[in-house]
Amino acid sequence: MGPNSDSGGRYRVVGTPRAKVDAAAKCTGDTIFADDVVLPRMLSCRMLRSPHPHARIVKIDTSRAEALDGVHAVITGTDLPIPFGILPVSQDEHALAPDHVRFIGDGVAAVAAADEDVATNAIDLIQVEYEILQAIGSVAQAAETPDPAIHDYADDGNIHKLIHLEFGDVDRGLERADLIQDDLLFYDGNTHLPIEQHAAVARYDRNGRLTLWSSTQTPHYVHRALAKVLELPPSRIRVIATPNGGGFGGKSDPFPHEIVVSKLAILTGRPVKICLTREEVFYCHRGRHPVLMRVRTGVTQDGAITAMDFESYLDGGAYGSYGVASTYYTGALQTVTYQVPVYRFRGARAFTNKPPCGPKRGHGTPQPRFAVEVTLDKIAERLELDPAELRLRHLQPPNSVTANYLKIGTIGLGESIEKVVAGSDWKARFRKLPYGTGLGLACSSYITGAGLPIYWNAMPHSGVQLKCDRGGGVTVFCGSTDIGQGSDSVLAYIVAEVLGLDPLEIAVVTADTDLTPVDLGSYSSRVTLMTGQAAVQAAERVKQLIARAAAAKLEVPTERLTFVQGRVFDVEQPERSMSFAEAVVLAESAEGTIGAVGSYMPPRSTGRYRGSGVGPSPAYSYSACVAEVEVDPDTGMVQVPKIWIAHDVGQSINPALVVGQIEGGVYMGLGEALMEEMAYRENRNLVHKWPSMLEYKSPTTHEMCDVTTYIIEDPDPNGPFGAKEAGQGPLLPVIPAVANAIYDAVGVRIDEVPMSAPKVLKAIQAKAKGKEPRYGPSATPVVRWPPPTSVPTPAEGGDGRATKPEKMPAGGG
Amino acid sequence: MSQPIALSRTHKVPGRFVVNGEVHEIVFASHKTLLEVLREDLGLRGTKHGCELGECGACAVLVESVPVLSCLALAQAHQDQEITTIEGMAEGPALHPLQASFVEVGAAQCGYCTPGVLLTAQALLEEDSAPTREDIKEALAGNLCRCTGYIKIYEAIELAAARMRGEHAAPSKESLYGSQ
Repeated sequence: MGPNSDSGGRYRVVGTPRAKVDAAAKCTGDTIFADDVVLPRMLSCRMLRSPHPHARIVKIDTSRAEALDGVHAVITGTDLPIPFGILPVSQDEHALAPDHVRFIGDGVAAVAAADEDVATNAIDLIQVEYEILQAIGSVAQAAETPDPAIHDYADDGNIHKLIHLEFGDVDRGLERADLIQDDLLFYDGNTHLPIEQHAAVARYDRNGRLTLWSSTQTPHYVHRALAKVLELPPSRIRVIATPNGGGFGGKSDPFPHEIVVSKLAILTGRPVKICLTREEVFYCHRGRHPVLMRVRTGVTQDGAITAMDFESYLDGGAYGSYGVASTYYTGALQTVTYQVPVYRFRGARAFTNKPPCGPKRGHGTPQPRFAVEVTLDKIAERLELDPAELRLRHLQPPNSVTANYLKIGTIGLGESIEKVVAGSDWKARFRKLPYGTGLGLACSSYITGAGLPIYWNAMPHSGVQLKCDRGGGVTVFCGSTDIGQGSDSVLAYIVAEVLGLDPLEIAVVTADTDLTPVDLGSYSSRVTLMTGQAAVQAAERVKQLIARAAAAKLEVPTERLTFVQGRVFDVEQPERSMSFAEAVVLAESAEGTIGAVGSYMPPRSTGRYRGSGVGPSPAYSYSACVAEVEVDPDTGMVQVPKIWIAHDVGQSINPALVVGQIEGGVYMGLGEALMEEMAYRENRNLVHKWPSMLEYKSPTTHEMCDVTTYIIEDPDPNGPFGAKEAGQGPLLPVIPAVANAIYDAVGVRIDEVPMSAPKVLKAIQAKAKGKEPRYGPSATPVVRWPPPTSVPTPAEGGDGRATKPEKMPAGGG
Repeated sequence: MSQPIALSRTHKVPGRFVVNGEVHEIVFASHKTLLEVLREDLGLRGTKHGCELGECGACAVLVESVPVLSCLALAQAHQDQEITTIEGMAEGPALHPLQASFVEVGAAQCGYCTPGVLLTAQALLEEDSAPTREDIKEALAGNLCRCTGYIKIYEAIELAAARMRGEHAAPSKESLYGSQ
């Protein structure tokens, strides 16, 4: 295998499609997922959950459960009194509720028993006396109802978080506009629905060491939460993240069940397993926040944005989770696609008595992206401009800093738009298709990892350790977690590229807090960039050690050596060479054991205002999408036969995996656009309408569209070999592209996601009656905004700091 | 089934299961599903579960070459029938052509739905050596996958089908690199 043409000959592994290192195991049943971990004498755990959305616990009687044959331990909230939570600013969860339950599904007690049947019988014997509290079901209700308080630390009553940021003079920017577009849109919540139910197994050994196997995307944060709640030294805790059977953000929080089985293992001295039922997975949630949005956009006649004023209202559910970060994210990335000279963002997140919302693929950004791209489509129509042309005219330039101090590197958005416009024959077909058929276009951008860690520290975000074997093998150790995206493979590819080896000669050990250096986790599309850079650094260091020994033996200068195809060559006299394994032996003979570490720390962000921690990223990916829809005007049913999508990934490490991520993102976006919905019976106790995979509709093979995928490569200097993310960004443009296509098809605006048939039909009927041809929200809740944090923009000569002292508490995340 | 099935949550019963060509004579809880017997009593944990309500297709196994949702199947009802699980799909150390094509094009991302999808595809190809894209969609309509958008799954099945027909087939450029 010589240098391939895929990357113009620059790379031998990077840029070439190849199988994932763990693919064969996944196709043969060999992969060990969390529920496949079976240990001798293992007990089964079940949790009792609250049947009330909001209540005080008056009394719990576990005596009958304890007396049941086969029950080994029963615990309640008093056994685990220390709170935890993913963000330092919202340590508001308990493994089991001590006295206050906040949603149907909140954990109250847990049992370890001989088997699952006994555990299930035992939880039925636990008697809990509740005092019912008023349940709060919406942002508007939360704003009007400070009591009863769901938590005692919110910014204002039951409004958890209030944000008010202003970059430049937005009112003047709006005055300057030829046209102001004012839109209200709503994006309902939906959930990750990984096919694998969350599962965890804990073992506490006789040396006082706890091991937890869990289907988690963030073993490092689980490690921290366990140490805190169980009051054990972190050095006595080992967390092993098993390969995740789908994550999508739904396994990114430390979860009560992980702490519960750990506690039960400590109490019983036996391994304890829990595997959540599908219904419980719906209650774990942490999915997409329902977000109501108002966006006012001023534009000139040629479509240039003069100002944007954005409000978002998030229904956060019962706990903080990532919610403070989610709230900031609903206001962060509006500025990175098209030039927005001045920008205001107000965001409010409410506590409600529903399962907690958190990060789902695109974390906090699909909702505002839907709003922005639909509003731009309306603007293009009012200005009689082509929506693609409008966007192309006003792209954010590369190597620039936005009004809210996000530093942009490469932008492959223009090329992305051109690809999908050409592929879909946009110019010949948009606004020209017969009634009922339409095309819509939308774009988006996403971060490639967050610039700041979740908890404040000055340490690397990702660490890699390499060990070289005398036989020429290399083992890479990294805390990253493969959730199906291929992060284990990416480590192997990158190390193989640097050391001139075949990826299958690289052993990969990941996601084990005893064995691997910390990587913060598989979220925010950070893994390829951050672990990749750490792996490059470690591999380069190892290469130096080996090259020094090989150069001495070959009697050539070190810098003339190259590592290719498992050998070390002198580039000028290729006959002077040796195998990689021989070089390792020489190096180990000369220097001792050969290994190295590498680590990655993102560049410092430019914003210095409170809240500037959310949004900065080492690199931003870009996507453009055209959707073709068929709308049945008699039923409102929307079908999407085809989507064209182009994604700027910087540089593919493995293009086949990039295609897979893009197609998967399109699929998940399509489900959100058309059908996926976390719905509750508002007037019936806020019970989840359909906590099952049958009733929670997600696309099957019959609903999934054809996809034409274009990979755009505009290498970013901050990415390993120029790589940017692919796992989340491609979901984002799909939803607004479908909305815009529905308008092209039948002339109605569906300003609410999901765009299910009844909504489309109502809008079509309204249009027929001469009413506003639209389905969507009509009012925003009333919240008490704090005074703005005013930050002069870079164009105004700002230095990233706010102009006056800020009154709001820290943002975090 | 000629004899009525007796269920008991307390008493175990003897059973004889023929899985992947091997006979297992076991004593098991009579109320268990086929999924539970395969995973818990026979240790064949390659068979997955996502709902245990017959909704996701992750637990599909072949019974007499027909895909069956093992989470809904009473184990007792399938004694002495030929059952194939993912562990028995390949013979010897080589991969089944379907497994090989899934590996090659990247049709398994998280891999959790993959065993059920592979076995369902195997049943399809045993019935029809040259299924159309629509045939494949129809066959897999009961297997949810949250990672792939199904497209690479279709491509992998088509690739395997072609190779099983003896054709020299390779993954499409679009599948490996995207469109130009």
